[in-house]
Amino acid sequence: MGEVQLEKRFQDYLDGENKIEPKDWMPDAYRKTLIRQISQHAHSEVVGMLPEANWITRAPSLRRKVALLAKVQDEAGHGLYLYSAAETLGIDRSELVGDLLSGKAKYSSIFNYPTVSWADMGAIGWLVDGAAIANQVMLCRTSYGPYARAMVRICKEESFHQRQGYEIMLSLANGTAEQKQMAQDALNRWWWPSLMMFGPTDDLSPNSAQSMKWKIKRKSNDELRQEFIDKTVPQAEFLGLTVPDKDLKWNEEKQGYDYGEIDWEEFYNVVKGNGPCNKQRLSDRVKAHEEGAWVREAANAYAAKEAKRKADKVQAA
Amino acid sequence: MDKPNDNWKIWEVFIRSKNGLSHKHVGSLHAPDADMAIKNARDVYTRRSEGISIWVVPSEAVTASSPDEKEPLFTPADDKVYRHPTFYEIPAEIGHM
Repeated sequence: MGEVQLEKRFQDYLDGENKIEPKDWMPDAYRKTLIRQISQHAHSEVVGMLPEANWITRAPSLRRKVALLAKVQDEAGHGLYLYSAAETLGIDRSELVGDLLSGKAKYSSIFNYPTVSWADMGAIGWLVDGAAIANQVMLCRTSYGPYARAMVRICKEESFHQRQGYEIMLSLANGTAEQKQMAQDALNRWWWPSLMMFGPTDDLSPNSAQSMKWKIKRKSNDELRQEFIDKTVPQAEFLGLTVPDKDLKWNEEKQGYDYGEIDWEEFYNVVKGNGPCNKQRLSDRVKAHEEGAWVREAANAYAAKEAKRKADKVQAA
Repeated sequence: MDKPNDNWKIWEVFIRSKNGLSHKHVGSLHAPDADMAIKNARDVYTRRSEGISIWVVPSEAVTASSPDEKEPLFTPADDKVYRHPTFYEIPAEIGHM
């Protein structure tokens, strides 16, 4: 069968809402798009641990501390599920990790913003994880089987992340005037970067159409952003906090909020590597990798020793 | 950049969620040997009491049927409706059989 026929059969199969599995035929571009998207997603989970790790030792109570530890541990796990899913497409994990550490690979720009107060742990869980969940719920229906299955697992685990964040915001918002101000300040700083997480507007998102056709993406950037805003604004109101957008207004006709212009210049600037923490995040990640080398070496030495012990036993018997 | 884990095999992980159910494939991971694959699987795939038993199998030990053989392998079963109980007509008064 020729390439054109194969591609048509592939598209018909997708149009019938069927899933693609690792050994199935797929166009090269589909494979490449998935490797890029899944690995970026994995890198985001891994780098996403850094802004929060900053606060583990300074959590205000043991309850908050164990929750934050569990959340960061989940993120490591989510990175691993995603690297595994990417590997089913025939790429080696060490190559993907190498691309992250060399700065070649991208990860979500949201993690290039600093976490300057405890309230940021609340805002990240509530807004950043909230935005990530909106995207990930959609991806549970993505056309590539291993990616969809990883997403189902991740979504199940992440709902706690958002709830713990909102609970932090709730405590602060109901606390002293100073605590409430901390919460407001965190919302002010995280609101716009969270909206940017959905990516450029639909008319400026050139790869979206193909991804939608391949059913990798099931909703457009703007659709997801709108859903997130509509869901989140009432939650902010409940906290008694103000969303930092003077143009935010309920639109009865579209049954959703109208919102102000996003600063795309800032977005592209951070994507290009000029955000507040790009350099720090990458150097922290490289440092963690290098400082973990002895663990990998020890694991290798242990495996070699155990293998030898077993072999000696067999010989002695 | 060092690549010290290049030689770590990929292991497929199967978890039994409770006795009475079979082990089910949940994903894969890297580990230098089977013991550590089990330990890693415990951390990666059972953080919320998902299992009581873990199997790990080196990915390279799995032989899979090819998607190209799907037709010859599986379509012969499609027209054998007489293998299903609903093919046989039993009078209603007999009840459930």
